[in-house]
Amino acid sequence: MKLPLMVAAVALSALMPAADAANLQERGDPLNSARWNEMHKAFLAGLPYVFDPRVRVIAPGEAENPMQVPVTVDATAIGRVVEVVVFADFNPIVEVLRFFPDGAAAYLGFRVKLQQSTPVRAAVRTADGVWHVGGSWVKTIGGGCTAPSATAASPAWQRQLNMVSARQWRDGELAGRLRLRIVHPMDTGLVAGTPAFHLQEIRLADAGDRPLMRIATFEPVSENPVFTVHQAVAGPVRASGHDNNGNTFSVLIAP
Amino acid sequence: MSRLCVLAPLLLAGAAAAAGPAFDYALQPERVAADVYAFIGRNEDFTAVNGGNIVNTGFIVGQDGLLVIDTGPSLRYGQQMRHAMAAIDPRPPLQVFNTHHHPDHFLGNQAFAGVPIVALDATRQGIAAAGNAFAENLYRLSGDWMRGTEVVAPSATIVPGTVKLGGRPLRLLALSGHTAADLAIYDETSGVLFAGDLVFNGRAPTTPHARIADWLAALDTLEAITREAGFTALVPGHGAVARDAAPICQTRAWLRWLERTMQEAAAAGLDMNEVLARPLPAEFSAMALGASEYRRSVSHLFPAAEQEALGHAH
Repeated sequence: MKLPLMVAAVALSALMPAADAANLQERGDPLNSARWNEMHKAFLAGLPYVFDPRVRVIAPGEAENPMQVPVTVDATAIGRVVEVVVFADFNPIVEVLRFFPDGAAAYLGFRVKLQQSTPVRAAVRTADGVWHVGGSWVKTIGGGCTAPSATAASPAWQRQLNMVSARQWRDGELAGRLRLRIVHPMDTGLVAGTPAFHLQEIRLADAGDRPLMRIATFEPVSENPVFTVHQAVAGPVRASGHDNNGNTFSVLIAP
Repeated sequence: MSRLCVLAPLLLAGAAAAAGPAFDYALQPERVAADVYAFIGRNEDFTAVNGGNIVNTGFIVGQDGLLVIDTGPSLRYGQQMRHAMAAIDPRPPLQVFNTHHHPDHFLGNQAFAGVPIVALDATRQGIAAAGNAFAENLYRLSGDWMRGTEVVAPSATIVPGTVKLGGRPLRLLALSGHTAADLAIYDETSGVLFAGDLVFNGRAPTTPHARIADWLAALDTLEAITREAGFTALVPGHGAVARDAAPICQTRAWLRWLERTMQEAAAAGLDMNEVLARPLPAEFSAMALGASEYRRSVSHLFPAAEQEALGHAH
Protein backbone atom coordinates (compact mmCIF):
# COMPACT_ATOMS: atom_id res chain seq x y z
CA MET A 1 0.00 0.00 0.00
CA LYS A 2 2.68 2.40 1.02
CA LEU A 3 4.66 2.32 -2.21
CA PRO A 4 1.84 3.15 -4.62
CA LEU A 5 0.71 5.84 -2.22
CA MET A 6 4.09 7.47 -2.29
CA VAL A 7 4.22 7.20 -6.04
CA ALA A 8 0.86 8.88 -6.28
CA ALA A 9 1.86 11.62 -3.88
CA VAL A 10 5.02 12.33 -5.81
CA ALA A 11 3.17 12.32 -9.13
CA LEU A 12 0.56 14.68 -7.74
CA SER A 13 3.03 16.98 -6.11
CA ALA A 14 4.61 17.64 -9.48
CA LEU A 15 1.32 19.14 -10.66
CA MET A 16 0.53 21.53 -7.83
CA PRO A 17 2.00 24.32 -5.70
CA ALA A 18 4.46 23.20 -3.04
CA ALA A 19 2.17 24.16 -0.16
CA ASP A 20 -0.63 21.97 -1.50
CA ALA A 21 1.76 19.13 -2.19
CA ALA A 22 2.98 19.24 1.42
CA ASN A 23 -0.57 18.64 2.58
CA LEU A 24 -0.73 15.42 0.62
CA GLN A 25 2.03 13.70 2.53
CA GLU A 26 0.97 10.68 4.47
CA ARG A 27 0.18 11.80 8.02
CA GLY A 28 -2.64 9.44 8.89
CA ASP A 29 -6.33 10.22 9.05
CA PRO A 30 -6.75 13.94 9.72
CA LEU A 31 -10.10 13.19 11.36
CA ASN A 32 -8.57 10.61 13.75
CA SER A 33 -11.37 8.13 13.26
CA ALA A 34 -11.03 4.70 14.83
CA ARG A 35 -12.77 3.26 11.78
CA TRP A 36 -10.56 4.76 9.12
CA ASN A 37 -8.79 1.48 8.34
CA GLU A 38 -12.11 -0.28 7.83
CA MET A 39 -13.37 2.58 5.69
CA HIS A 40 -10.24 2.36 3.62
CA LYS A 41 -10.73 -1.37 3.07
CA ALA A 42 -14.41 -1.02 2.26
CA PHE A 43 -14.26 1.87 -0.18
CA LEU A 44 -10.76 2.40 -1.48
CA ALA A 45 -9.32 -1.11 -1.51
CA GLY A 46 -6.49 -1.71 -3.87
CA LEU A 47 -6.04 1.85 -5.04
CA PRO A 48 -3.69 4.55 -3.79
CA TYR A 49 -5.21 7.38 -1.81
CA VAL A 50 -4.26 10.72 -0.36
CA PHE A 51 -5.94 12.96 2.18
CA ASP A 52 -6.50 16.01 0.06
CA PRO A 53 -7.70 19.37 1.41
CA ARG A 54 -8.94 20.25 -2.05
CA VAL A 55 -11.82 17.84 -1.45
CA ARG A 56 -14.11 20.04 0.62
CA VAL A 57 -16.85 18.40 2.65
CA ILE A 58 -18.93 21.21 4.10
CA ALA A 59 -21.23 20.27 6.97
CA PRO A 60 -22.23 21.89 10.24
CA GLY A 61 -19.88 21.09 13.13
CA GLU A 62 -22.98 20.58 15.24
CA ALA A 63 -26.08 19.41 13.45
CA GLU A 64 -29.43 20.48 14.84
CA ASN A 65 -31.50 17.83 13.11
CA PRO A 66 -29.86 14.39 12.73
CA MET A 67 -32.42 13.45 10.08
CA GLN A 68 -31.49 16.37 7.80
CA VAL A 69 -27.77 17.14 8.10
CA PRO A 70 -26.70 19.30 5.16
CA VAL A 71 -23.57 18.09 3.38
CA THR A 72 -21.92 19.81 0.42
CA VAL A 73 -19.13 18.05 -1.43
CA ASP A 74 -16.99 20.36 -3.54
CA ALA A 75 -14.16 18.70 -5.49
CA THR A 76 -14.06 21.32 -8.23
CA ALA A 77 -10.50 22.27 -7.26
CA ILE A 78 -9.35 18.85 -8.47
CA GLY A 79 -9.05 18.25 -12.19
CA ARG A 80 -11.13 15.62 -13.90
CA VAL A 81 -13.17 13.63 -11.41
CA VAL A 82 -14.50 10.18 -12.32
CA GLU A 83 -16.36 9.17 -9.19
CA VAL A 84 -17.10 10.47 -5.72
CA VAL A 85 -18.17 8.20 -2.86
CA VAL A 86 -19.59 9.73 0.30
CA PHE A 87 -19.63 7.79 3.56
CA ALA A 88 -20.04 8.36 7.30
CA ASP A 89 -17.67 6.23 9.41
CA PHE A 90 -19.99 5.67 12.38
CA ASN A 91 -23.34 5.38 10.66
CA PRO A 92 -25.08 1.97 10.87
CA ILE A 93 -25.33 2.17 7.07
CA VAL A 94 -22.02 3.72 6.18
CA GLU A 95 -22.36 4.47 2.47
CA VAL A 96 -24.45 7.57 1.76
CA LEU A 97 -24.17 8.00 -1.98
CA ARG A 98 -21.89 7.89 -4.99
CA PHE A 99 -21.90 10.39 -7.80
CA PHE A 100 -20.34 10.45 -11.21
CA PRO A 101 -19.99 14.05 -12.46
CA ASP A 102 -19.93 13.41 -16.18
CA GLY A 103 -20.83 16.78 -17.68
CA ALA A 104 -21.56 18.60 -14.43
CA ALA A 105 -19.13 20.05 -11.90
CA ALA A 106 -17.69 17.75 -9.22
CA TYR A 107 -20.04 19.38 -6.74
CA LEU A 108 -23.09 18.02 -4.95
CA GLY A 109 -25.21 19.34 -2.11
CA PHE A 110 -27.59 16.99 -0.28
CA ARG A 111 -28.75 16.06 3.23
CA VAL A 112 -28.06 12.95 5.24
CA LYS A 113 -29.42 11.05 8.24
CA LEU A 114 -26.86 10.45 10.99
CA GLN A 115 -27.21 8.01 13.84
CA GLN A 116 -24.44 9.53 15.96
CA SER A 117 -21.54 11.96 15.74
CA THR A 118 -19.29 10.85 12.90
CA PRO A 119 -16.83 11.90 10.24
CA VAL A 120 -18.56 12.49 6.93
CA ARG A 121 -16.18 11.88 4.06
CA ALA A 122 -15.92 12.17 0.33
CA ALA A 123 -13.42 10.05 -1.57
CA VAL A 124 -12.84 11.45 -5.03
CA ARG A 125 -11.40 9.18 -7.72
CA THR A 126 -9.51 10.89 -10.50
CA ALA A 127 -8.81 9.44 -13.95
CA ASP A 128 -5.33 8.31 -12.83
CA GLY A 129 -6.93 5.92 -10.34
CA VAL A 130 -6.04 7.85 -7.18
CA TRP A 131 -8.58 8.48 -4.40
CA HIS A 132 -8.48 11.97 -2.92
CA VAL A 133 -10.12 11.93 0.50
CA GLY A 134 -11.66 14.87 2.34
CA GLY A 135 -14.08 15.07 5.22
CA SER A 136 -15.30 16.76 8.34
CA TRP A 137 -16.63 15.78 11.74
CA VAL A 138 -20.30 16.31 12.46
CA LYS A 139 -21.51 16.26 16.05
CA THR A 140 -25.15 15.36 16.52
CA ILE A 141 -27.48 13.94 19.13
CA GLY A 142 -28.08 11.22 16.59
CA GLY A 143 -30.90 8.78 16.10
CA GLY A 144 -31.50 9.91 12.53
CA CYS A 145 -31.39 6.43 11.03
CA THR A 146 -33.77 4.74 13.46
CA ALA A 147 -36.45 7.42 13.62
CA PRO A 148 -39.44 6.85 11.35
CA SER A 149 -39.67 9.13 8.32
CA ALA A 150 -42.18 11.96 8.75
CA THR A 151 -44.08 10.84 5.67
CA ALA A 152 -44.54 7.37 7.14
CA ALA A 153 -47.15 8.85 9.47
CA SER A 154 -49.31 10.19 6.63
CA PRO A 155 -50.69 8.45 3.56
CA ALA A 156 -50.21 11.59 1.42
CA TRP A 157 -46.72 10.67 0.23
CA GLN A 158 -48.03 7.66 -1.64
CA ARG A 159 -49.77 9.97 -4.09
CA GLN A 160 -46.65 12.12 -4.45
CA LEU A 161 -43.97 9.44 -4.51
CA ASN A 162 -41.08 10.36 -6.79
CA MET A 163 -42.58 13.74 -7.64
CA VAL A 164 -39.81 16.16 -8.55
CA SER A 165 -39.79 19.89 -7.93
CA ALA A 166 -36.83 21.69 -9.39
CA ARG A 167 -35.42 25.00 -10.50
CA GLN A 168 -32.41 26.28 -12.39
CA TRP A 169 -30.64 29.58 -11.91
CA ARG A 170 -29.50 31.25 -15.12
CA ASP A 171 -27.98 34.52 -13.93
CA GLY A 172 -25.60 35.89 -11.37
CA GLU A 173 -23.04 34.08 -9.31
CA LEU A 174 -25.04 30.88 -9.23
CA ALA A 175 -25.74 30.66 -12.94
CA GLY A 176 -25.84 27.00 -13.94
CA ARG A 177 -27.04 25.86 -10.54
CA LEU A 178 -29.81 23.27 -10.48
CA ARG A 179 -31.69 22.29 -7.34
CA LEU A 180 -34.16 19.45 -7.24
CA ARG A 181 -36.28 17.81 -4.58
CA ILE A 182 -37.76 14.34 -4.92
CA VAL A 183 -40.60 13.14 -2.71
CA HIS A 184 -39.47 9.87 -1.19
CA PRO A 185 -39.54 8.50 2.39
CA MET A 186 -35.99 7.07 2.08
CA ASP A 187 -36.75 4.50 4.79
CA THR A 188 -33.57 2.93 6.13
CA GLY A 189 -35.04 -0.44 7.10
CA LEU A 190 -33.76 0.15 10.64
CA VAL A 191 -37.19 1.12 12.00
CA ALA A 192 -39.13 -1.94 13.19
CA GLY A 193 -41.84 -2.90 10.71
CA THR A 194 -40.66 -0.55 7.95
CA PRO A 195 -38.54 -2.19 5.26
CA ALA A 196 -35.77 -0.32 3.47
CA PHE A 197 -37.38 1.79 0.75
CA HIS A 198 -35.14 4.32 -0.91
CA LEU A 199 -34.12 5.94 -4.16
CA GLN A 200 -31.31 4.02 -5.84
CA GLU A 201 -30.39 6.06 -8.86
CA ILE A 202 -30.87 9.55 -10.22
CA ARG A 203 -29.63 10.47 -13.69
CA LEU A 204 -29.33 14.01 -15.02
CA ALA A 205 -28.82 14.59 -18.74
CA ASP A 206 -28.79 17.69 -20.94
CA ALA A 207 -30.96 18.48 -23.96
CA GLY A 208 -28.75 16.35 -26.19
CA ASP A 209 -29.09 13.44 -23.78
CA ARG A 210 -25.46 13.80 -22.76
CA PRO A 211 -25.05 12.70 -19.14
CA LEU A 212 -24.49 15.49 -16.63
CA MET A 213 -24.39 13.41 -13.48
CA ARG A 214 -25.39 10.02 -12.16
CA ILE A 215 -26.09 9.70 -8.45
CA ALA A 216 -26.38 6.31 -6.72
CA THR A 217 -28.25 6.92 -3.47
CA PHE A 218 -28.40 4.73 -0.36
CA GLU A 219 -30.53 4.62 2.78
CA PRO A 220 -28.80 7.41 4.74
CA VAL A 221 -29.80 10.10 2.23
CA SER A 222 -32.49 12.20 3.94
CA GLU A 223 -36.19 11.87 3.35
CA ASN A 224 -37.49 13.93 0.40
CA PRO A 225 -33.93 14.47 -0.82
CA VAL A 226 -32.85 17.84 -2.12
CA PHE A 227 -29.82 18.01 -4.41
CA THR A 228 -27.75 20.99 -5.54
CA VAL A 229 -25.86 20.47 -8.80
CA HIS A 230 -23.86 22.75 -11.11
CA GLN A 231 -23.64 22.64 -14.86
CA ALA A 232 -21.58 24.99 -17.00
CA VAL A 233 -24.56 26.61 -18.71
CA ALA A 234 -28.23 26.47 -17.75
CA GLY A 235 -30.35 24.50 -20.19
CA PRO A 236 -33.08 21.88 -20.24
CA VAL A 237 -32.25 18.94 -17.99
CA ARG A 238 -33.86 15.53 -17.97
CA ALA A 239 -33.97 14.01 -14.48
CA SER A 240 -34.84 10.34 -14.22
CA GLY A 241 -34.34 7.56 -11.76
CA HIS A 242 -35.78 4.74 -9.70
CA ASP A 243 -36.07 3.40 -6.19
CA ASN A 244 -35.39 -0.11 -4.82
CA ASN A 245 -39.04 -1.09 -5.40
CA GLY A 246 -38.87 -0.30 -9.09
CA ASN A 247 -40.81 2.98 -8.97
CA THR A 248 -39.43 5.25 -11.66
CA PHE A 249 -39.60 8.93 -12.55
CA SER A 250 -38.56 11.03 -15.50
CA VAL A 251 -39.09 14.78 -15.72
CA LEU A 252 -37.85 17.63 -17.90
CA ILE A 253 -36.58 20.63 -15.98
CA ALA A 254 -36.67 23.80 -18.03
CA PRO A 255 -34.04 26.45 -17.33
CA MET B 1 -8.67 -3.29 44.87
CA SER B 2 -8.64 -2.35 48.54
CA ARG B 3 -7.03 0.90 47.60
CA LEU B 4 -9.83 1.64 45.14
CA CYS B 5 -12.39 1.07 47.88
CA VAL B 6 -10.70 3.65 50.05
CA LEU B 7 -10.43 6.14 47.23
CA ALA B 8 -13.94 5.84 45.87
CA PRO B 9 -15.75 7.60 48.76
CA LEU B 10 -13.17 10.38 48.66
CA LEU B 11 -13.72 10.86 44.97
CA LEU B 12 -17.48 10.97 45.44
CA ALA B 13 -17.14 13.51 48.22
CA GLY B 14 -14.90 15.59 45.97
CA ALA B 15 -17.42 15.49 43.13
CA ALA B 16 -20.24 16.58 45.43
CA ALA B 17 -18.19 19.49 46.71
CA ALA B 18 -17.34 20.56 43.17
CA ALA B 19 -21.04 20.68 42.24
CA GLY B 20 -21.63 23.19 45.04
CA PRO B 21 -24.73 23.13 47.23
CA ALA B 22 -26.54 20.10 45.87
CA PHE B 23 -28.26 21.22 42.68
CA ASP B 24 -29.57 24.51 43.98
CA TYR B 25 -31.18 26.68 41.29
CA ALA B 26 -31.07 29.61 43.77
CA LEU B 27 -34.55 30.68 42.65
CA GLN B 28 -35.37 34.20 43.78
CA PRO B 29 -38.92 35.44 43.14
CA GLU B 30 -38.85 38.83 41.43
CA ARG B 31 -41.82 40.99 42.41
CA VAL B 32 -43.40 42.15 39.14
CA ALA B 33 -46.47 43.80 40.72
CA ALA B 34 -48.45 43.44 43.92
CA ASP B 35 -49.07 39.71 44.41
CA VAL B 36 -47.38 38.84 41.09
CA TYR B 37 -43.92 37.26 40.95
CA ALA B 38 -41.59 35.76 38.38
CA PHE B 39 -38.51 33.54 38.53
CA ILE B 40 -36.17 34.83 35.83
CA GLY B 41 -33.82 32.29 34.24
CA ARG B 42 -30.53 32.92 32.51
CA ASN B 43 -30.31 33.87 28.85
CA GLU B 44 -28.36 30.71 28.08
CA ASP B 45 -28.84 27.35 26.47
CA PHE B 46 -29.28 24.21 28.61
CA THR B 47 -26.05 23.13 30.29
CA ALA B 48 -25.03 20.83 33.12
CA VAL B 49 -23.98 24.01 34.97
CA ASN B 50 -27.27 25.95 34.80
CA GLY B 51 -29.32 22.75 35.08
CA GLY B 52 -31.86 24.13 32.63
CA ASN B 53 -32.65 27.29 34.60
CA ILE B 54 -32.93 29.26 31.39
CA VAL B 55 -36.66 29.87 31.54
CA ASN B 56 -39.06 32.22 33.27
CA THR B 57 -41.85 30.90 35.46
CA GLY B 58 -44.19 32.85 37.70
CA PHE B 59 -47.03 32.88 40.16
CA ILE B 60 -49.90 35.04 41.23
CA VAL B 61 -51.08 35.22 44.85
CA GLY B 62 -54.87 34.94 44.67
CA GLN B 63 -57.38 35.39 47.47
CA ASP B 64 -57.57 31.70 48.20
CA GLY B 65 -54.30 30.31 46.90
CA LEU B 66 -51.54 30.56 44.30
CA LEU B 67 -51.81 30.39 40.53
CA VAL B 68 -48.68 29.00 38.94
CA ILE B 69 -47.49 29.76 35.42
CA ASP B 70 -45.13 27.05 34.13
CA THR B 71 -43.05 24.75 36.31
CA GLY B 72 -39.51 24.81 34.90
CA PRO B 73 -37.17 22.20 33.42
CA SER B 74 -36.97 19.52 36.13
CA LEU B 75 -38.46 17.97 39.24
CA ARG B 76 -35.82 19.76 41.31
CA TYR B 77 -36.77 23.12 39.78
CA GLY B 78 -40.44 22.49 40.54
CA GLN B 79 -39.65 21.54 44.13
CA GLN B 80 -37.40 24.55 44.65
CA MET B 81 -40.01 26.78 43.03
CA ARG B 82 -42.62 25.57 45.52
CA HIS B 83 -40.20 26.18 48.36
CA ALA B 84 -39.52 29.75 47.20
CA MET B 85 -43.24 30.37 46.68
CA ALA B 86 -44.03 29.12 50.17
CA ALA B 87 -41.74 31.81 51.59
CA ILE B 88 -44.05 34.41 50.04
CA ASP B 89 -47.33 32.63 50.77
CA PRO B 90 -47.51 29.24 52.46
CA ARG B 91 -50.91 28.25 51.02
CA PRO B 92 -50.89 25.48 48.43
CA PRO B 93 -51.25 26.27 44.73
CA LEU B 94 -54.79 26.37 43.35
CA GLN B 95 -53.87 25.64 39.78
CA VAL B 96 -50.88 25.25 37.48
CA PHE B 97 -50.82 26.50 33.88
CA ASN B 98 -48.46 25.07 31.26
CA THR B 99 -48.07 27.76 28.58
CA HIS B 100 -46.88 25.34 25.88
CA HIS B 101 -45.36 21.89 25.36
CA HIS B 102 -41.64 22.69 25.54
CA PRO B 103 -39.81 20.82 28.30
CA ASP B 104 -38.31 23.80 30.15
CA HIS B 105 -41.88 24.91 30.87
CA PHE B 106 -43.53 21.73 32.15
CA LEU B 107 -41.00 19.21 33.49
CA GLY B 108 -41.44 20.64 37.01
CA ASN B 109 -45.11 19.49 36.97
CA GLN B 110 -44.17 16.46 39.03
CA ALA B 111 -43.56 18.74 42.05
CA PHE B 112 -47.21 19.86 41.88
CA ALA B 113 -48.82 16.46 42.42
CA GLY B 114 -52.42 16.85 43.52
CA VAL B 115 -52.76 20.35 42.03
CA PRO B 116 -54.86 20.67 38.86
CA ILE B 117 -52.47 21.23 35.92
CA VAL B 118 -54.13 22.80 32.89
CA ALA B 119 -53.10 23.64 29.33
CA LEU B 120 -54.49 24.20 25.86
CA ASP B 121 -55.56 21.07 24.01
CA ALA B 122 -52.68 20.99 21.51
CA THR B 123 -50.25 21.50 24.40
CA ARG B 124 -51.66 18.44 26.13
CA GLN B 125 -51.34 16.46 22.90
CA GLY B 126 -47.80 17.71 22.37
CA ILE B 127 -46.72 16.68 25.87
CA ALA B 128 -48.37 13.28 25.47
CA ALA B 129 -46.63 12.70 22.13
CA ALA B 130 -43.18 14.20 22.68
CA GLY B 131 -42.83 14.68 26.44
CA ASN B 132 -40.63 11.66 27.04
CA ALA B 133 -38.34 12.46 24.11
CA PHE B 134 -38.01 16.03 25.42
CA ALA B 135 -37.21 14.78 28.92
CA GLU B 136 -34.60 12.39 27.53
CA ASN B 137 -32.97 15.27 25.69
CA LEU B 138 -32.82 17.38 28.85
CA TYR B 139 -31.23 14.52 30.80
CA ARG B 140 -28.55 14.60 28.11
CA LEU B 141 -28.12 18.38 28.21
CA SER B 142 -28.56 19.18 31.91
CA GLY B 143 -27.21 15.98 33.44
CA ASP B 144 -27.84 15.15 37.07
CA TRP B 145 -30.00 18.21 37.69
CA MET B 146 -32.70 16.13 36.02
CA ARG B 147 -32.52 13.19 38.43
CA GLY B 148 -35.93 11.73 39.21
CA THR B 149 -37.71 13.93 36.67
CA GLU B 150 -40.61 12.27 34.89
CA VAL B 151 -43.23 13.67 32.54
CA VAL B 152 -46.49 14.61 34.24
CA ALA B 153 -48.97 15.70 31.60
CA PRO B 154 -51.59 18.39 32.27
CA SER B 155 -54.79 16.90 33.65
CA ALA B 156 -57.35 19.23 32.05
CA THR B 157 -57.89 21.44 29.01
CA ILE B 158 -58.59 25.12 29.49
CA VAL B 159 -61.11 27.15 27.59
CA PRO B 160 -59.77 30.52 26.47
CA GLY B 161 -61.49 33.67 27.68
CA THR B 162 -61.70 35.56 30.93
CA VAL B 163 -62.05 33.39 34.01
CA LYS B 164 -62.12 34.23 37.68
CA LEU B 165 -59.48 32.29 39.57
CA GLY B 166 -58.22 32.90 43.07
CA GLY B 167 -60.65 35.76 43.17
CA ARG B 168 -59.09 37.62 40.22
CA PRO B 169 -60.09 37.88 36.60
CA LEU B 170 -57.50 36.25 34.31
CA ARG B 171 -57.63 36.61 30.55
CA LEU B 172 -56.51 33.32 28.98
CA LEU B 173 -55.40 33.82 25.37
CA ALA B 174 -55.16 30.79 23.12
CA LEU B 175 -52.49 31.78 20.61
CA SER B 176 -49.98 29.86 18.48
CA GLY B 177 -46.87 30.31 16.39
CA HIS B 178 -44.03 29.45 18.75
CA THR B 179 -45.74 26.06 18.99
CA ALA B 180 -49.12 24.73 17.89
CA ALA B 181 -50.65 26.15 21.09
CA ASP B 182 -49.25 29.04 23.11
CA LEU B 183 -51.11 30.23 26.16
CA ALA B 184 -50.68 33.83 27.26
CA ILE B 185 -52.17 34.97 30.56
CA TYR B 186 -53.15 38.55 31.32
CA ASP B 187 -53.78 39.27 34.99
CA GLU B 188 -56.30 42.10 34.77
CA THR B 189 -55.90 43.04 38.44
CA SER B 190 -52.19 43.81 38.21
CA GLY B 191 -51.89 44.49 34.50
CA VAL B 192 -49.14 41.86 34.16
CA LEU B 193 -49.00 39.89 30.92
CA PHE B 194 -47.36 36.45 31.01
CA ALA B 195 -46.47 35.96 27.36
CA GLY B 196 -44.84 32.51 27.49
CA ASP B 197 -42.39 31.84 24.69
CA LEU B 198 -44.25 34.02 22.23
CA VAL B 199 -41.93 36.73 23.55
CA PHE B 200 -38.18 36.56 24.16
CA ASN B 201 -36.21 39.45 25.63
CA GLY B 202 -32.55 39.91 24.79
CA ARG B 203 -32.27 36.29 23.71
CA ALA B 204 -32.83 34.90 20.24
CA PRO B 205 -36.18 33.06 19.92
CA THR B 206 -36.19 29.30 19.45
CA THR B 207 -38.10 27.88 16.50
CA PRO B 208 -38.24 24.05 16.49
CA HIS B 209 -42.05 24.06 16.20
CA ALA B 210 -42.57 27.59 14.90
CA ARG B 211 -45.05 28.85 12.34
CA ILE B 212 -43.86 32.36 11.76
CA ALA B 213 -47.06 33.83 10.27
CA ASP B 214 -49.09 32.64 13.27
CA TRP B 215 -46.42 33.84 15.65
CA LEU B 216 -46.42 37.35 14.14
CA ALA B 217 -50.22 37.47 14.45
CA ALA B 218 -49.95 36.42 18.10
CA LEU B 219 -47.43 39.21 18.74
CA ASP B 220 -49.95 41.74 17.38
CA THR B 221 -52.55 40.43 19.84
CA LEU B 222 -50.08 40.73 22.72
CA GLU B 223 -48.95 44.18 21.69
CA ALA B 224 -52.56 45.37 21.72
CA ILE B 225 -52.77 44.32 25.37
CA THR B 226 -49.69 46.36 26.23
CA ARG B 227 -51.56 49.40 24.92
CA GLU B 228 -54.48 48.86 27.32
CA ALA B 229 -54.79 51.39 30.13
CA GLY B 230 -54.18 48.88 32.91
CA PHE B 231 -51.05 47.25 31.46
CA THR B 232 -48.03 47.42 33.75
CA ALA B 233 -45.56 44.66 32.89
CA LEU B 234 -44.67 41.94 30.42
CA VAL B 235 -43.10 38.67 31.58
CA PRO B 236 -41.48 37.01 28.55
CA GLY B 237 -40.79 33.28 28.39
CA HIS B 238 -37.06 34.02 28.38
CA GLY B 239 -35.26 37.22 29.39
CA ALA B 240 -35.93 40.13 31.70
CA VAL B 241 -39.34 41.51 32.68
CA ALA B 242 -40.27 44.62 30.67
CA ARG B 243 -42.60 47.54 31.36
CA ASP B 244 -43.36 48.12 27.70
CA ALA B 245 -43.74 46.29 24.39
CA ALA B 246 -40.04 46.47 23.48
CA PRO B 247 -39.44 42.69 23.73
CA ILE B 248 -42.46 42.11 21.48
CA CYS B 249 -40.95 44.43 18.86
CA GLN B 250 -37.57 42.71 19.24
CA THR B 251 -39.09 39.23 18.83
CA ARG B 252 -41.09 40.45 15.82
CA ALA B 253 -38.01 41.99 14.18
CA TRP B 254 -36.06 38.74 14.60
CA LEU B 255 -38.86 36.59 13.19
CA ARG B 256 -39.45 38.87 10.22
CA TRP B 257 -35.73 38.95 9.43
CA LEU B 258 -35.54 35.18 9.78
CA GLU B 259 -38.51 34.61 7.49
CA ARG B 260 -37.22 37.06 4.89
CA THR B 261 -33.71 35.57 5.04
CA MET B 262 -35.01 32.04 4.46
CA GLN B 263 -37.18 33.15 1.53
CA GLU B 264 -34.44 35.21 -0.10
CA ALA B 265 -31.86 32.47 0.33
CA ALA B 266 -34.17 29.86 -1.16
CA ALA B 267 -35.09 32.11 -4.08
CA ALA B 268 -31.41 32.84 -4.73
CA GLY B 269 -30.73 29.11 -5.02
CA LEU B 270 -28.57 28.72 -1.92
CA ASP B 271 -27.82 25.30 -0.52
CA MET B 272 -28.51 24.82 3.21
CA ASN B 273 -24.81 25.00 4.11
CA GLU B 274 -24.55 28.36 2.33
CA VAL B 275 -27.54 29.62 4.32
CA LEU B 276 -25.92 28.43 7.56
CA ALA B 277 -22.75 30.34 6.72
CA ARG B 278 -24.51 33.72 6.47
CA PRO B 279 -23.44 36.24 9.12
CA LEU B 280 -25.88 37.74 11.59
CA PRO B 281 -26.87 41.35 10.89
CA ALA B 282 -25.41 43.96 13.26
CA GLU B 283 -28.82 44.77 14.76
CA PHE B 284 -28.90 41.31 16.38
CA SER B 285 -25.25 41.10 17.41
CA ALA B 286 -26.04 41.87 21.07
CA MET B 287 -28.75 39.24 21.28
CA ALA B 288 -27.82 36.24 23.45
CA LEU B 289 -27.48 33.01 21.45
CA GLY B 290 -28.20 34.85 18.19
CA ALA B 291 -25.68 32.94 16.09
CA SER B 292 -26.58 29.50 17.44
CA GLU B 293 -30.34 30.06 17.28
CA TYR B 294 -30.01 31.34 13.71
CA ARG B 295 -28.27 28.12 12.76
CA ARG B 296 -30.88 26.01 14.52
CA SER B 297 -33.63 28.01 12.82
CA VAL B 298 -32.13 27.39 9.38
CA SER B 299 -32.54 23.69 10.07
CA HIS B 300 -36.15 24.19 11.17
CA LEU B 301 -37.35 26.73 8.63
CA PHE B 302 -35.23 26.54 5.47
CA PRO B 303 -36.66 23.24 4.12
CA ALA B 304 -40.15 24.78 3.80
CA ALA B 305 -38.83 27.98 2.20
CA GLU B 306 -36.78 25.85 -0.18
CA GLN B 307 -39.77 23.73 -1.12
CA GLU B 308 -41.73 26.86 -1.95
CA ALA B 309 -38.90 28.28 -4.06
CA LEU B 310 -38.48 25.06 -6.02
CA GLY B 311 -42.06 25.46 -7.12
CA HIS B 312 -44.43 22.97 -8.62
CA ALA B 313 -43.73 19.30 -8.88
CA HIS B 314 -43.22 17.77 -12.30
